Amino acid sequence: MPASKRAETVLSRPGGGTAYGWGTMDLKTVKKAFLSSVPVMAGYLVLGIGFGILLRGAGYGVLWAFAMSAFIYAGSMQYVGIGLIAGGASVLTTALTTLMVNARHLFYSISMVDRYQHTGKYKPYLIFALTDETYSILCDEKGGGDAATYWFLVSLFDHFYWVAGSVAGSLLGSVLPFSTAGIEFSMTALFVASFTEQWLAKRDHIPALTGLLCSLACLLIFGAERFLIPAMLAITLVLSLLRGRGEAAS
Amino acid sequence: MRAAELAAVMAAVTVLLRFLPFLAFRARTPPYISYLGKVLPPAMIGMLVVYCLKDVRPAHAPYGLPELAAAVCVAGLQIWKRNSLLSILAGTAVYMLLIRCLGFAV
Repeated sequence: MPASKRAETVLSRPGGGTAYGWGTMDLKTVKKAFLSSVPVMAGYLVLGIGFGILLRGAGYGVLWAFAMSAFIYAGSMQYVGIGLIAGGASVLTTALTTLMVNARHLFYSISMVDRYQHTGKYKPYLIFALTDETYSILCDEKGGGDAATYWFLVSLFDHFYWVAGSVAGSLLGSVLPFSTAGIEFSMTALFVASFTEQWLAKRDHIPALTGLLCSLACLLIFGAERFLIPAMLAITLVLSLLRGRGEAAS
Repeated sequence: MRAAELAAVMAAVTVLLRFLPFLAFRARTPPYISYLGKVLPPAMIGMLVVYCLKDVRPAHAPYGLPELAAAVCVAGLQIWKRNSLLSILAGTAVYMLLIRCLGFAV
């Protein structure tokens, strides 16, 4: 039994320390995390390269690409940010725009408050690195076992792809030897697969349908550029109103 | 330097948004937040699916058909094999092929 043998090794480790010490980072968890992160790799490299190219076009080179991707680490906001920086926006405009574009991260974090509760020293980084894509991968993972290490590694791999893509884009410019048109669909595919998986794994489909229908309705009402915030408010409102039902069912 | 200042503001606001719920619900998670933590993930992912497809224009050629076909392929494979990596790679390949065959690759 390789699994129980591994558990023994971890338990008997002298001075093993906390439950989520580095000693528990076995090869199997690394491999599992890497495989989970592969779908994000293509998307982040491509989107990162696009960001690096655009940022260089606006007059900011590789150090800027590295720093923004490493420390802001929010894809769509960084694309918007190029315009803000190049256009010389005010601090207030920048702060408000970031607040609007990234408000959804509040909701991702709310979903993870319980899940990330016992993640020890990984916790600050897990919270910092919670992007759309990482969130959708980690939502599928139940936790338990070596979950914290797995979450940490997926977050780290994704972060690395994003920074690497941005730096590569800034350095390479537009001299890529092949057409990657359409590879950005890997992001959409990631969310569709995640949505389907959640649908299959859960008996209660009301939350998934609420998300889909509220977003569609808000897209039709408010348009592609402005629907996210109304959609998030509508989803939260509807799910809050349905709370009694959910608890009665479970 | 102006640009560095703006980049720092973006980083700070983003970090604040990510950490706020964890700081606010530090001691004990209120039942309402636990409930939201349970029901929000599928809803948010539904929203992200819509967000990814927001610029598809069903009234104009190719009528969103590459996106629709590739998304159906992803969902179908996921139901059949339950392997996210396979679904995503196959769906992306289908999409890249379709936009080339239909002549809409940029």
